[in-house]
Amino acid sequence: MDRLFDVVTVFSLILIVWVLSSVRRSHIRVEYSVSWLLAATVLLVLAQWRSFDDWAASALGLPDSFLALAIFAGAAFLIVLYRQSLRISGLKDSSITLAQQLAILEFRLEALNEKVQAPNAR
Amino acid sequence: MTADAKRVLVLIPAFNEEAAVGSVIQEVQAAMPGTPILVVDDCSVDATRSHAHTAGAKVLALPHHLGLGGCVQAGYRLAYELGYEYVIRVDGDGQHDPRDIPTILKALEHGDCEMVIGSRFVDGQGSHTSFLRGAGIVFFRAVLRPILGRPVHDPTSGYVGVNRTALALFSSTFPLEYPEIEALVVLQRKRFRFVEVPCRFRPRRAGRSTITAVKSLYYIIHVLLGVFVNILKFEGRRK
Repeated sequence: MDRLFDVVTVFSLILIVWVLSSVRRSHIRVEYSVSWLLAATVLLVLAQWRSFDDWAASALGLPDSFLALAIFAGAAFLIVLYRQSLRISGLKDSSITLAQQLAILEFRLEALNEKVQAPNAR
Repeated sequence: MTADAKRVLVLIPAFNEEAAVGSVIQEVQAAMPGTPILVVDDCSVDATRSHAHTAGAKVLALPHHLGLGGCVQAGYRLAYELGYEYVIRVDGDGQHDPRDIPTILKALEHGDCEMVIGSRFVDGQGSHTSFLRGAGIVFFRAVLRPILGRPVHDPTSGYVGVNRTALALFSSTFPLEYPEIEALVVLQRKRFRFVEVPCRFRPRRAGRSTITAVKSLYYIIHVLLGVFVNILKFEGRRK
């Protein structure tokens, strides 16, 4: 059982390092990295705080404390994924509006150019 | 552009329709001489844009692929900004017979509705429909009947005309994927009315439908969810 907690500890450390290195290389913007860093830190703390896991397992009626940790980890990452989905949805809406407005502007610019060039062509 | 020319715009959303878009434009020109035609090119990778230009249409070229809803909405936005009274959407694949545009326009001009649907079933024809699509239409008719408070024969038809009131709404709110069914619920939410008129549909001239057999299940789930979300925003039903 201890080995499982160690695996989670190592996993959360790797995740923290990975996210930080992605931020450093500008692959993730800082504001989008916060949720992942927070989730990984929570996971790390819970993997080390065995007394809390034992208490949570008994409070939830779970047979062992690792199950409690797994439930917390699952919930934390679901929240992160949901937050990212919200952001992606917002960005998609913005990009669609921008693309439509850009196309309309280009259309109107082209029409203006045609109007300007038409008398010159005569 | 004269005031009269500002009345009606024919909108043709197109994505990789180089084989059909030119002849669709010519048919529209024959059916509605002098009516402006706007092709909204959804970032096609073929020669759709140049074929549309050559055939005499104006082209609104999207900088990246938005899907059918985003493509149609871009056209609605431009039409609204340019002050058009009526916009009639004809698909770029040749399935909609442009000879029926005057029928749709006449129903719009009659003035007792905001949207007119060109229906392949309203007079019992129902031709050129695959088994899967036919089953989907029957299913969505049943789903929409209690929501709309009236039957709709062809809820998946993209052959639609809208007046300026609906144009204003769709310019700001329009479903982005598989928009036809959700658009009906959006209309109902705003207490707008629609009528169906019989129109001829033909097999597509080239290319393939974006709704393949594999995508059908996704389509049903997506549209049902969209309808459900729109019901949550429901503001009342117009009698």
